[in-house]
Amino acid sequence: MSARALRRHITSRVTTALVVVLSFVAVLTLILILGNLVLKGAASISWAFFVKSPVPVGQTGGGVANAIVGTGIIVGLAALIGVPFGVGAGMYLAEYGAGRLGFFVRFVADVLNGTPSIVVGIVAWTFIVKPSKHFSAFAGSVALAILMIPMLARTTEEMVRLVPHSLREAALALGYPRWRTSLKIVARTALGGIVTGCLVGIARIAGETAPLLFTALGNLNFSTSIAQPMQTLSLQIYVYATGPFEEWHRLAWASAVVLMGLVLVISLTARWVTRSRHGRLR
Amino acid sequence: MTSLPIEGVPPRRPSLESRWQSLAGNDRSDRIYRLILTMLALALPAMILIILAVLFVDALPALKRFGPAFLWSSTWDPVAQIYGAAPMIFGTLASSFLALLIAVPLALSVAIFLTEFSPRWLRQPVAFLVELLAAIPSVVYGLWGIFVLIPFLRTYVAPPLKAVLGWTPFFQGVFYGNSLLAGGIILAIMIVPYIAAVAREVLLAVPSSQREAALAMGATRWEAVRSAVLPYGRAGLIGAVILGLGRALGETMAVTMVIGNRHDISASLFQPAYTMAAAIANEFSEATTDMYLSALFEVGLILFALTVVVNAIARILIWRVARGQAIGSRAL
Repeated sequence: MSARALRRHITSRVTTALVVVLSFVAVLTLILILGNLVLKGAASISWAFFVKSPVPVGQTGGGVANAIVGTGIIVGLAALIGVPFGVGAGMYLAEYGAGRLGFFVRFVADVLNGTPSIVVGIVAWTFIVKPSKHFSAFAGSVALAILMIPMLARTTEEMVRLVPHSLREAALALGYPRWRTSLKIVARTALGGIVTGCLVGIARIAGETAPLLFTALGNLNFSTSIAQPMQTLSLQIYVYATGPFEEWHRLAWASAVVLMGLVLVISLTARWVTRSRHGRLR
Repeated sequence: MTSLPIEGVPPRRPSLESRWQSLAGNDRSDRIYRLILTMLALALPAMILIILAVLFVDALPALKRFGPAFLWSSTWDPVAQIYGAAPMIFGTLASSFLALLIAVPLALSVAIFLTEFSPRWLRQPVAFLVELLAAIPSVVYGLWGIFVLIPFLRTYVAPPLKAVLGWTPFFQGVFYGNSLLAGGIILAIMIVPYIAAVAREVLLAVPSSQREAALAMGATRWEAVRSAVLPYGRAGLIGAVILGLGRALGETMAVTMVIGNRHDISASLFQPAYTMAAAIANEFSEATTDMYLSALFEVGLILFALTVVVNAIARILIWRVARGQAIGSRAL
């Protein structure tokens, strides 16, 4: 091997090793954090934690039943508002999005995807909380829906685009009108992917805190009224983590594990839905 | 895995697609269908306009009162009703750049490793792990920051830094915990999985013929990456980094919980700082006067404008590599 070839060989090996080492450092750090979170939280979790509401400061025990239910209600309502817009916009982008408007909408969706969630929170405050003069779970759901729509639009588009053109042509050739082809053939074929996109979107907004600070506000009592302030796991973690009491810190860790478990289950379900219908997408 | 690995873009058939698009519905129901979808799609531009309009209108009193000096004045005095956002703008930029400094080498390494060097069996699990970590809520990172990261920094990181670099302006003062350093590190940890996930997708969109050509010419593996893969994906990789920057700029909860929240400009990473998002999160509910509220809306307006510009640049760069793909939307 000539000196030059040797040098090139060594450079290649050294840089490869560097890349491998750096990525191991990154991945290992992330695994450590994840393990740390799970251990800390698992130690403070109990059955009462799931079924009880918080108790006054000073007492031990109590749980986050109100926050778990609240998260479900707020996120569910957000999905109800967000999914039609997101999936509809995604269908538009996939079916009619080749022109200038499609390009523009696509670009706006990508830009909105990076909007700070706190900004969406104060906009929802101006629109809903300020005129109605009180904080409400509904305002929180609207804020979360706004965060969800651009993301849904893009994932739906991506999934619908994977449907082979031959399917549409077959349907059109059989005399189906375009709208029926689009809904009955294209959307139905891509359904698994669309559901995955929705679940990933839900997993994302389930952990959001900032947009809820001035909309859903949080509530120490059990409440299921969407016109009233409502607690979510994320808000609970924030309040408990920044509070002064040991007992609160313990509850914050436990809530964090529950929240992460929730996000994980939704994400895994999303993967499973795609895999069973489509095989691997990416 | 039964299906063939799809590298990046599914092959586009523009001819078929345009044919499909040109089969214009002359049926009334087709037109209605198209109209409904178009209306739903127009909700997106409407949203961005509404956000902008709301922020602008609510910020108007502060805009009129303080003018452009709001950007560089560093007085924030709710009692005297004088507001200037310079410390927050500084803190936002400083913490984000610190985060990029730490996160970029790590994240790009992960992406390059996953697409170029990793054994095949390792790719899916690690990619999944990265996506999973990108999905951990911000507030959970904040919790971890308060109770694990800060004590760790106080015991193991701050003293050696102080001993070695204490003479520079960047490590002056005593490290109490909540600081620019803690904020930057927590942001770095949060954006590593995000940048890695987007950069991985960009690299997957680089055609394998690029690699094969370089290898066929006798390039070593690293040379193939450096001379054929990275240049092809350069715009997209820069886009991924800028996307990470956009995320760091707007990140709220985790930073609020560890950065110290003090209206101060200091070059020292050991001192508490403030970010725009943190200021809104902390002070919005205590803003009792209209001018205070308006000043916070102006902060929101600046933050929104900044992230829109940053994200727009990132998208344009990424689209240059992977035209029109929704890269990163799964990793949000």
